[in-house]
Amino acid sequence: MMFDKFKPMADFQAELAERSVEPFGAITEKILSATEGVVQGRNVILAGTNNYLGLSFDPRCIKAAQDATALWGTGTTGSRLANGSFAEHQALETEIAQFYGVDNAIVFSTGYTATMGMCATLAGPGDVILLDADSHASIYTGVKLSGAEIIRFKHSDPEDLAKRLRRLGDRAHQTLIIAEGIYSMLGDVAPLQEIAAVKREYGGYLFVDEAHSMGVMGATGRGAAQAAGVEADVDFFCGTFSKSLGAIGGFCVSRHAELAAIRFCINSYIFTASSSPSVIASTREALRITAAEPELQAKLWDNCNRLYQGLKSMGLPVGPTASPVVAVAMEDRSRTIDCWKALMEAGVYVNLVIPPASPSTNFLLRNSVSAAHTSAQIDAIIAAYAGLISAGLITGTQAH
Amino acid sequence: MIDYSEYLSFLCSALESQNKKKLILSENTSLVADIGLSSLEVMEFIEKIEDHFDISIPLNILPDVNTIGDLATKVRQLNL
Repeated sequence: MMFDKFKPMADFQAELAERSVEPFGAITEKILSATEGVVQGRNVILAGTNNYLGLSFDPRCIKAAQDATALWGTGTTGSRLANGSFAEHQALETEIAQFYGVDNAIVFSTGYTATMGMCATLAGPGDVILLDADSHASIYTGVKLSGAEIIRFKHSDPEDLAKRLRRLGDRAHQTLIIAEGIYSMLGDVAPLQEIAAVKREYGGYLFVDEAHSMGVMGATGRGAAQAAGVEADVDFFCGTFSKSLGAIGGFCVSRHAELAAIRFCINSYIFTASSSPSVIASTREALRITAAEPELQAKLWDNCNRLYQGLKSMGLPVGPTASPVVAVAMEDRSRTIDCWKALMEAGVYVNLVIPPASPSTNFLLRNSVSAAHTSAQIDAIIAAYAGLISAGLITGTQAH
Repeated sequence: MIDYSEYLSFLCSALESQNKKKLILSENTSLVADIGLSSLEVMEFIEKIEDHFDISIPLNILPDVNTIGDLATKVRQLNL
């Protein structure tokens, strides 16, 4: 039967309902600030939102969105290729290109459609795509649509990438190498210096998704490639407006002039409505703030280090380095759900991640940090995890 | 040139560590339905094959692979 394949998911949802836990699609009934809300009837600290710079409630961004709505209306009612390219969209494309120091940019309606669309379009039949094994679902979906030969390399392993490029021989030159800046589930940073060196040795094109690293890393917030000093080796940058910039939308920027022609070949650009003017306007303002106020990034990292050290000092299994994503890895699904529920009851909302969304067989309690978190809020998050230890839900040295 | 039976033999021996049900492996044994490999375990197995033969196995072929025999045929084609 067609629906049989959904039964395991239906059973899992029924189990969650029986345990009175609703971790997926939990309804936020009210947003109190960039870091606080009312979720499922509880006032909680938002520690699972990707609002890295806390700009979703910046009054300047709100004002820009309000003004744009009054001036341009609530929506464009059409695709970028038809009636949906307003002067606001064009201005954002100019500004995001300038932000990255390149000449070419495309603005998409979401980050997912940006990454998926570019991955589906850049390489085609006869080409090769070499993607990191832990790539985001938007990348996997895109490459499947591309018609190219798809090969994975081991996660953040430049030696494995080099080995696979060597095996390709001359075809290495027509290979699209795909990596991310910061990986979304564990918060680990890609070894882009080493990956760029491999690309220089073997050839090919390098595509970097900076969705979780834009605004977060680099001297001017351009991301992990800027921080690694290898932007010149990157052929295409993709990213999102829904994380550091506090809105929704996506982009691709490139030094390659061919992006102008590629624009007209991307289905996820052509056949979807363009972003509402309010979204574009707040994104433009958030981009300006990101470039003008590096202290936001500094505050974010203070909070990252505070949370990471706090959890690590209790012996919780977090990643190797501090990051805006701090994930606690668990082995037991039921115990992880209990922990998520206990954190909610303690007033902390985090993301519950189950395989295959997590990159291994582990279950994750995924925390994301914001520059808008106060030190007291970070300490409250740490205290909530200490409560899990006190309750015997996890141990300080190894999660169950 | 390595023939099909040698590929098959290698794949069966390489699968033994993941053969938790202790099945007698043959070309008709299904990787998922019989052995019960998860998607993660399939990829670990693929990496083992890739390193042994110094090849890369494209993800594109996987939808056509059900049994050990299917995979032996594909690996042989890639390694020609």
